[in-house]
Amino acid sequence: MAAIDNSWATKGGLGWIATTFWVLLAVGPLAGFFTQDPSFEYYMFMGQSMLINTIAILGLNLLIGFNGQISLGHSAFFAIGAYTTAILMNFAGWPYYATIPVAAIICFGAGFLFGFPALKLEGHYLALATFTLAIAVPQLLKYKAIAGWTGGVGGLILDKPDAPEFTRLGTDQYLYYLCLILAMLSFWIVRNMLRGRSGRAMMAIRDHAMAAGTMGIDTAKYKTLTFGVSAGITGVGGALSAITVAYVAPDSFTLQLAVSFLVGLVVGGIASLPGCLVGGAFIVLIQNSSQSISDWMKVTFSLRYDVPAWAIYGILLILLMYFMPRGIMGGIETLWLKLTHRKETQA
Amino acid sequence: MAEALLDVRGVTVRFGGVVALDNVSFEVEQGQILGLIGPNGAGKTTLFNCLSRLYQPSEGEILFEGRSVLATPRHLIADMGIGRTFQNVALFDRLTVLENVMVGRHSKTDSSFFANALRLPAVVAEQKAARDRAMELIEFMDLGSFVHWPAGGLPFPIRKRVELARALAAQPKLLLLDEPAAGLNHEEVATLESQIRRVRDVQGVTVLLVEHHMSLVMSVSDKVVTVNFGRKIAEGTPDEVRRHPEVIAAYLGTAA
Repeated sequence: MAAIDNSWATKGGLGWIATTFWVLLAVGPLAGFFTQDPSFEYYMFMGQSMLINTIAILGLNLLIGFNGQISLGHSAFFAIGAYTTAILMNFAGWPYYATIPVAAIICFGAGFLFGFPALKLEGHYLALATFTLAIAVPQLLKYKAIAGWTGGVGGLILDKPDAPEFTRLGTDQYLYYLCLILAMLSFWIVRNMLRGRSGRAMMAIRDHAMAAGTMGIDTAKYKTLTFGVSAGITGVGGALSAITVAYVAPDSFTLQLAVSFLVGLVVGGIASLPGCLVGGAFIVLIQNSSQSISDWMKVTFSLRYDVPAWAIYGILLILLMYFMPRGIMGGIETLWLKLTHRKETQA
Repeated sequence: MAEALLDVRGVTVRFGGVVALDNVSFEVEQGQILGLIGPNGAGKTTLFNCLSRLYQPSEGEILFEGRSVLATPRHLIADMGIGRTFQNVALFDRLTVLENVMVGRHSKTDSSFFANALRLPAVVAEQKAARDRAMELIEFMDLGSFVHWPAGGLPFPIRKRVELARALAAQPKLLLLDEPAAGLNHEEVATLESQIRRVRDVQGVTVLLVEHHMSLVMSVSDKVVTVNFGRKIAEGTPDEVRRHPEVIAAYLGTAA
């Protein structure tokens, strides 16, 4: 069994896989210029959704995978990002692009502040504390006193931005590229951090907090800042979801969303950067494919009733975790090491 | 007389009703190798943990270069110039050997979170300097063939060397070594002894050594302090301490 190491995920080694992902993501939508497929716009929408989930998972990965803190409440930061964008577009008339940095900053602040009580809590206790965030936020958004801003239960409907004319892109193609550029920017920032002094401090805290303190790392500062950056990145995902869906409502940001980020993270591979892309795609594809598998089973086996799609989802997850306990990217790495007979994870 | 580098004054630590350290005082001079010995549970590691601010003594004061250690937050102790290793080896297991040693440079570098996120040119330069320094120490500790190995998978004696390299990366003035010879074979202890000497002679680091390996302590130390049941029972040159009746009693038991 290869030793657990995250250096392969952040640099060198299997870097070509990540590069391939990005190239495919960048050229894929160009097919829209040649195809007459009526579903093309829908594929683009799915692509946006994958990239948005990827960004949210990247934020969560920074916290869980690289800093060893857990969060079951990242749906809350996603919601704050989405509502920041929606409110600024709706009431202040801001252009969509200007709202994204604001959403990132507000979510950073919220995450940073939440990082302080999180300092006192570890493991299961922190999971519970963040869980309350996920539970509370949808209800808070419906709260009557602020319903004038949030739109209450009904949420807010936004105008979907058009692609600038010079790009010659369709709206969904354009929004896809907006998501892609922000995803790449987020990856660039996270990767920079992980390669430098800050990232090493984060990972040192994850591996041995006491020793990290003895090395001169201000563990409280790094943990709260990491919580902030994590929430900020996830908030960018939220902002993009508001823009691309052109609608925000409290019930889009429930605990189920937080759990799906966590599922994406674990399936992609904890502490793997390309794993975030895999996880983001997984979240979107698995829900569609569970339904298709359910339909297929009903027809093929001439069943009288529908097979519950969520049960299929569950079975798929269990199988995946059984065969690839370190997630899909972890599985690929293990396979790669076997094929190349390398003893070291990288040289 | 010159001021001592480290001045431990009347330190008392209580855990509930247990007195782990009882009014312990001693000084470490600049450039000295001081051996701290005593039977298991005598309070040696407790003293180290006070020095690195993991425990708060209920009484006493610790001065380092005349500054109060006990008034300094834990994460600034490395910056003051005190480095340490741990009895059970506390490495960052999922980081490589190189990364572990580079974490040791943390207190000697200062690039911000923000500068790191954008990977500004200053960060790149800092990174290169930290890496070069870490590589020197990795060579110094003879770890060249493990540079890119995750620390978690390495054998115990190698892990101990990584920890020592990591502690040296901060260029400490005082190095606290907590049982560096435990788990090492005869040959490895001999290597360790020469490494400790070189750390002092070449890098000018003062060393405070907790150790059970008597021949190592006695041959490498300039001065030896003995504690038993939390109290200091003897202090002096290795020869003096070896002949001290209370030390003999503590290690061999009293006749009656």
